[in-house]
Amino acid sequence: MKFIGMLLLVFGGVIAITAIALLRQPVQQDCFIVAGVALEFLGLTLVARDYAQTQRSAG
Amino acid sequence: MSFVLCLLCILLVPFATAGLTLMHQGLGRSRSAAHTMVSTLCVLAVTSLAFVIVGFSLAGVNGGATHLIGHGSAAWDWAGAEPLFARGVHFDGSPSGLLLCFQMFAAGLAAIIPLSTGSDRWRLAPACVSTGLLAAITFPLFAHWAWNGGWLSHLGLSFGLGAGFLDAGGSGTIQVIGGLTALSIAWILGPRRGKFHNDGMAAAIPGHNIVLVLFGCLLALIGWIALNSAAAMLFYGAGIVLVPKILANTVLAASASCLATVLTTRLRYGKPDASLIANGWVAGLVAGSAGCVFISPAAAITTGFIAGAGVMYLVEFLELKLHIDDPGGAISVHAGAGLWGLLAAGFFSSISSLPRGGQIMAQIVGIAALLGFMLPLVHGLNLLVNRYMKQRVDADGDRQGMDVRELGAGAYPEFVVHGDEFLPR
Repeated sequence: MKFIGMLLLVFGGVIAITAIALLRQPVQQDCFIVAGVALEFLGLTLVARDYAQTQRSAG
Repeated sequence: MSFVLCLLCILLVPFATAGLTLMHQGLGRSRSAAHTMVSTLCVLAVTSLAFVIVGFSLAGVNGGATHLIGHGSAAWDWAGAEPLFARGVHFDGSPSGLLLCFQMFAAGLAAIIPLSTGSDRWRLAPACVSTGLLAAITFPLFAHWAWNGGWLSHLGLSFGLGAGFLDAGGSGTIQVIGGLTALSIAWILGPRRGKFHNDGMAAAIPGHNIVLVLFGCLLALIGWIALNSAAAMLFYGAGIVLVPKILANTVLAASASCLATVLTTRLRYGKPDASLIANGWVAGLVAGSAGCVFISPAAAITTGFIAGAGVMYLVEFLELKLHIDDPGGAISVHAGAGLWGLLAAGFFSSISSLPRGGQIMAQIVGIAALLGFMLPLVHGLNLLVNRYMKQRVDADGDRQGMDVRELGAGAYPEFVVHGDEFLPR
């Protein structure tokens, strides 16, 4: 889960930057940038939840 | 840009480092107090060397040699290409000398942030290696993107996103980079012994000297005003006439944030909480940095108030829900408030004739770069260090405290005796 979360973090960043580089329509660009950041927060949540679960089971 | 004023501001930046150091020291346990100070000195030494030897080359200079991906109008400027050992810097009154000195201090400031999170359990040697990598790779890379003519600063010119990514005082470049490194360190080290009970509840481990913490806040204010002023002059061409605005915005953001934390802790716990108020003060400084020269005083107050009101909830959320042991609240204060500050700079910046929507998107792209590239990079590097040098102290060190374990003597030998130092092993 932690690895998937980290991959989502990177993937979200790549989506946001690709949107700037490739898309010319501002609306499309904005949608993809926001989607990329949302994906990053999902990834961050997965990594953080995995860590919290590990700590709970260790405790 | 006034060379003399900028130099004067740079000379005052170490006050921010000193202030944060006192805060970290006071918020940690007394049995690791000397270790915290020694770690800070060693980390500052390592970051200064690492930044000058390697980091400045990657950070580059605006208009200087760079590494590009692609070519022509589609080229992405992703790293500086200055000579190693800062051989391209001429100390003849040109701005490159100021850039080197300022960024050396800024790298040191970013590097001491994780020390607060790793307090009481982060060994000295791996801390030096980890922060050396921060100063040599992570910080300079983002500093180039945001400050020294990299792709983030050109988002406006190249892609029509406002005036490009704005980070005048380093909310992102210094604070979020330091805060994300602190998060990575917290994940790798795990909590302090006795922090979480078997039922998952968190134990309160109060700081050992709240007077030092609060004095650190006052000291940090001087450094922060200087930091914001110097960065705005160096990277955004702010003139001497804008320094009073930067000063006012910095103080107002910190004041609003501090009072917001007083209010929220008073409502939540019945009494204002001293350590959280200190965190609120710094959260205001952090959040107000990004837009210090671009926003109005009213906007600075709003930015600071939201940062201060949110910091207590973020500290609680990280500790209780995510089981992250962050003794000094560095992740909430530096990463959390820093990200909010970047966003607020987009919302409130008053750069005429540019659409606000584009500026907000430029700030969001900067946040995407921090979370999507910097956090994985920092975490990957820290995991690599941990593979070859265990970052966390062993179980005996956990019991004894870092002072006795790593330095052989405590910070207050005549005044404090820790019962558990004499427990059978």
